[in-house]
Amino acid sequence: MDLMQLFIEGFWVIIKIAMILLPLVLAVAYTTYAERKLIGYMQMRLGPNRVGPKGWLQPIADVVKLLMKEVIVPSGANKTLFLLAPILFIAPSLAAWAVVPFDAELVLANTNAGLIYLLAMTSIAIYGVIIAGWASNSRYALIGSLRSASQIVSYEIAMGFALVAVLMAGGSMNLGDIVEAQSGSILHWFWIPLLPILAVYWISGVAETNRAPFDLPEGESEIVAGFHVEYAGMAFALFFLAEYANMILISVLTALFFFGGWLNPFQGVPYLEAATNWVPGTIWLLFKAAFFLFGMIWLRATFPRYRYDQIMRLGWKVFIPVTVIWLIILTFWIKFEWGWWFDGRGLVATPGVL
Amino acid sequence: MNIEAIVFYLFSAITIIAAIGVITVKNSVQAVLCLVLTFFSASALWLLLEAEFLAITLVLVYVGAVMVLFLFVVMMLDVDFAALKQGFAKQLPLGLLVGFALFGAVYWVIRSQVFGTDKIPEPAKHEQGYSNVEELGRLLYGEYFYPFEIAGVILLVAIIAAISLTFRGRRERKGQSVREQHRVTKEERLKIVSMDSEEQYADMEITDTKQDEETTL
Repeated sequence: MDLMQLFIEGFWVIIKIAMILLPLVLAVAYTTYAERKLIGYMQMRLGPNRVGPKGWLQPIADVVKLLMKEVIVPSGANKTLFLLAPILFIAPSLAAWAVVPFDAELVLANTNAGLIYLLAMTSIAIYGVIIAGWASNSRYALIGSLRSASQIVSYEIAMGFALVAVLMAGGSMNLGDIVEAQSGSILHWFWIPLLPILAVYWISGVAETNRAPFDLPEGESEIVAGFHVEYAGMAFALFFLAEYANMILISVLTALFFFGGWLNPFQGVPYLEAATNWVPGTIWLLFKAAFFLFGMIWLRATFPRYRYDQIMRLGWKVFIPVTVIWLIILTFWIKFEWGWWFDGRGLVATPGVL
Repeated sequence: MNIEAIVFYLFSAITIIAAIGVITVKNSVQAVLCLVLTFFSASALWLLLEAEFLAITLVLVYVGAVMVLFLFVVMMLDVDFAALKQGFAKQLPLGLLVGFALFGAVYWVIRSQVFGTDKIPEPAKHEQGYSNVEELGRLLYGEYFYPFEIAGVILLVAIIAAISLTFRGRRERKGQSVREQHRVTKEERLKIVSMDSEEQYADMEITDTKQDEETTL
């Protein structure tokens, strides 16, 4: 390959990455604002309202504050690992966005192993948490990182099984193909045949992002702030950024896997479809994702924190059996082509078997 | 030298350096992280061979699950490194012997007379739409169906064996039973007492109570 051509291609890829990451960082900043406002209203408060009109500039002020603060390294900490941990935590949560399709053509890496890539990326983010807890040389941090590690490992199994169900229903590991398989109407989306899987996936997603009511790793009433208790300034901001980027990622993925991604929800409805055809698919995807993001914030304002044994019980004794049983049901569902979701995929399509 | 060769040598170098790091770094947590890096760069090499499914599975299984548990254990260990290094010089000849024997055995299997470019042709590049996942699935669930399923059963037996080895009978714990907690009804825990509403604050004779307090003091 010509070196000049390679250089130009690499430049374009970098531009594309920036076009995903810059809006993502902005979205993260305003998700924090939305969260504080929403929880404020839910608790009969006003939320941030001092910086800028209605507090719109609050996230900017927060970013500036975090940038100006000193990054403190505790004297007993392992300095290299201490500074490496936030990077290890944020890198996978940004890298996962590479395979997320925002529209039929709008995807950075249209790979055939997108689903398993996502699973791999979400599973290696845990190193940041473990190393942060260990390198801080602090008891609270270590306890927080141990809790986080066991929680993520437990819920990853349920999440993996849920993704197997999505893979079976979609018939592909490519995220774009999974969305295309749901094309038809709002009733063709996978939320109907995969309803229990949707619940398992979303709740596991909340647990994997360490969000309330599963925020034991940072349970402030017991262990101060968990694994990032010793972090300050930018190093802390990276943990914060990664957590919110993961929240947005889980919301977008739920929309992609179960709610038709970029597909128009009025597809198949006589007049409404023609009337809404001009709306770009990305807008639909973001609307659907915003719904789940709101749900996550709502959960935080509603539920008290789980107890540790309850978390483990939910992951191992409830979610994993539910997903395994639903995988078996789904096998029959697909093979006998019940309903209209899996036309041409079952035994009916292959003559001579039935 | 084309781009692929540069990438290959880069990741091979990272793999080898990280692998050496596993046995040379002093801190055991850093050794585990070196091993993680080794797996990572090995999976990059697999990506070069267009085996994207296997490469990502390597990251998912070894980096995402196995090494996390490794790190978990190593973090909790309280290793005395001075004691570990005591017999190092004494065992060195034996270690070197075993090391060279292993190296020789591996070399004998993959030497250039067996795996040279003249013996095994360079694998053909696949066209754009080639799906490594589908090809692998076709082989595993088609041609090698029985070996694959038997391997799965053996793994299942191993899991059950591991559980039964560590299972030492029922233990009487003082833990909470979540099932019993869920069954609790409101009547069991909550008692609602009906009482008359309190008088308005303004109507109460505040001065009187104050005087009462003062007299008791």
